[in-house]
Amino acid sequence: MVQEQQIDTVDINVNMGPQHPSTHGVFRMVLTIDGERVIDVEPHIGYMHRGAEKLSETMDYRAAIGYQDRTDYLTQFMNEQAYCMAVEKLLELEVPERAEYIRVILCELNRISSHFMFLGAFGIDLGHFGTSFTYGFREREHIQDIFEETTGERMMYGYFRPGGLVWDVPDNFVQRVREVLPKSLQGLRDIDMLMTENEIVAARSRGIGIMSAEDAINWGLSGPMLRAAGVPWDLRKDKPYSIYDRFEYDVPVGRHGDVFDRYLVRIEEVRQSIRIVEQALDQLPDGPIMPEKMPRRLRGPEGEVYAAVEGARGEYGIYLVSKGGDKPYRLKMRSPSFCNLSALREMTVGNYVADAVAILGSIDIVLCCVDR
Amino acid sequence: MRGILKSMYITMSAMLRKPVTINYPSYHREVPQRDRGLPILLWDKEVDEPFCTGCHACERACPVECMTVTMKDNPLHADEKSTRRKIIDEFWIDYGRCMRCNICVEVCNFEAIAMNNTWAGHELSTFDRNDLVLDLDQLLAQHKQEKIDEWVAD
Repeated sequence: MVQEQQIDTVDINVNMGPQHPSTHGVFRMVLTIDGERVIDVEPHIGYMHRGAEKLSETMDYRAAIGYQDRTDYLTQFMNEQAYCMAVEKLLELEVPERAEYIRVILCELNRISSHFMFLGAFGIDLGHFGTSFTYGFREREHIQDIFEETTGERMMYGYFRPGGLVWDVPDNFVQRVREVLPKSLQGLRDIDMLMTENEIVAARSRGIGIMSAEDAINWGLSGPMLRAAGVPWDLRKDKPYSIYDRFEYDVPVGRHGDVFDRYLVRIEEVRQSIRIVEQALDQLPDGPIMPEKMPRRLRGPEGEVYAAVEGARGEYGIYLVSKGGDKPYRLKMRSPSFCNLSALREMTVGNYVADAVAILGSIDIVLCCVDR
Repeated sequence: MRGILKSMYITMSAMLRKPVTINYPSYHREVPQRDRGLPILLWDKEVDEPFCTGCHACERACPVECMTVTMKDNPLHADEKSTRRKIIDEFWIDYGRCMRCNICVEVCNFEAIAMNNTWAGHELSTFDRNDLVLDLDQLLAQHKQEKIDEWVAD
C-alpha cells in the first residue's frame, strides 16, 4: 500500500520593482505566489509623486500648463487640451477655429505616437527582446520631429494656452504632416505583420487578464482598456468636445477583453487617428490662433468646472474649483492610468507570474500620470 | 508557423534598410529654428546695452522661480545715449530649475529674453550644480557673439 505523502506548501512573497525594467517606470508590486500562480497582488505607487495638483494651485492659469506636460509624458497635448478646456470653460473664452483644428491634429498625432510607444513596449513585455521596441520608436520619431518643428520641444511641449495656442504652426506644417502619415501607416503595417499573427505573441497574450464589460465599467476603466472589453465608449464620440463631431471615424471594440484585444484595439485606433488627421488637414482654415479680446492676465470667476478629453489611455479630466482671482483654488486631475491600474489585482490573480508583466504592460500605464 | 515566417520577413527586410539612427556625440543633427533650449538675454547692438530693463515681468511669471532680477538707473540715459531710463543690474537664471516653458519670453515687454535655439542651449552638463546658475554676462554672451539664430513668433 502506497502511502500518500503530505507536502506542505508555503506561499511566497515576491517583490517586483520599483526598479524592475518591465514595470514601465517606478512601480512596485508585491506578488504572493503559490507555485507559479499569482494569488495576490499588492501594488505600491507614489514613487513619482511631485504634487503637480498642489503646485498648479500656487501659480496663475497660464503658468500651470507646464505641469500638465509632466503628468502623462506620452500624451502631453491631450493633457494640455483638457486643462485649457477647463480654464476656457471657467473664463468663457472662445477658441478660434484654426486653433481648434491644430489642437485636434496635434492630439491625434500624439495618440499615434503614444500607441507606437505601447506597441513597442508591449513586445518587450512579451519577451520580444526589443525588436518591436525599435520599430515602435522609429515610427514615433517621425511624429516627434513634427512636434519639435512646431513647438520647439521634444517632450514638454507647453504649446496650448487657455484660449488658443502660443504661436502658429510653421508654414510647411500641413505638407510635413502629409509626408509623415503614410510613413506611420507603413510602420503600423510592419508592427502588425511582426506581431499580430505571430504565434508566440498570441500564445502569450490570448486569454489572460480578462476583463468582462461589466467588470470594466464597475472598475471605472476607460480608453482602450474599456473598449477592449467590448464597451464602445469614446468621449470623442459620446460626449463630443472641441470639434470632434466634424470627423468620420470608427471606435474599435474588442470581443474578449483580454491582453491581446487591448493590443488589437490600439492598432486600430492608430488607423482611425490617421483618418481624423487627414480630414482635419483638408478642413484646416486660416485665421487667428488666439481670441481677439484676450485679457493679459487671466482672472476667473467663482465656480467649478470639469473638462475631460479622450486621452490615449482613457479619460483624462481636469476638475477646477475657482474662488476668483488668477489661481485655481483646487485642481484635480483624473488620470486614466491611475484608474486603469486599480483593476490590476482583479486581472492578475489566478494567472502565472510571467503573465503579470504582460497584463501590467497591456494597461499601458505611465507612472508619472499615476502618481502626479 | 505562418505568423513567425511573416515576422521573419519583416525582420529581414529591415536588415536591408539604411539605419535611421545617428551617432550623436560625433554628429549633431540640425535643430529646428523654433527649438527651445534654455533662456538667454539679448543684446541691443544699436545702443550697446542689454534690451532688458529689469522690470521683473519674467521673474513674476516664472512657474518655477528660477530667475532673480535687480534693476538700476541707466547711466547711458543720463548721457542721453539711450532711451531706457532703467536698466538691468544683475540677472541670474538657475538652469537647473528652469523647465523651458517659454512663458518668460511671452510676458517680456521689451523682447529682451529668448530661448536659445542652438545646441549650446542643450549641452550644459557640469560637474557642479552651482555652475548652472548663470549671471548677466554669461546670459548675454550668446547673443553678443551672434551665436543664436533669431526667431520671432508671429
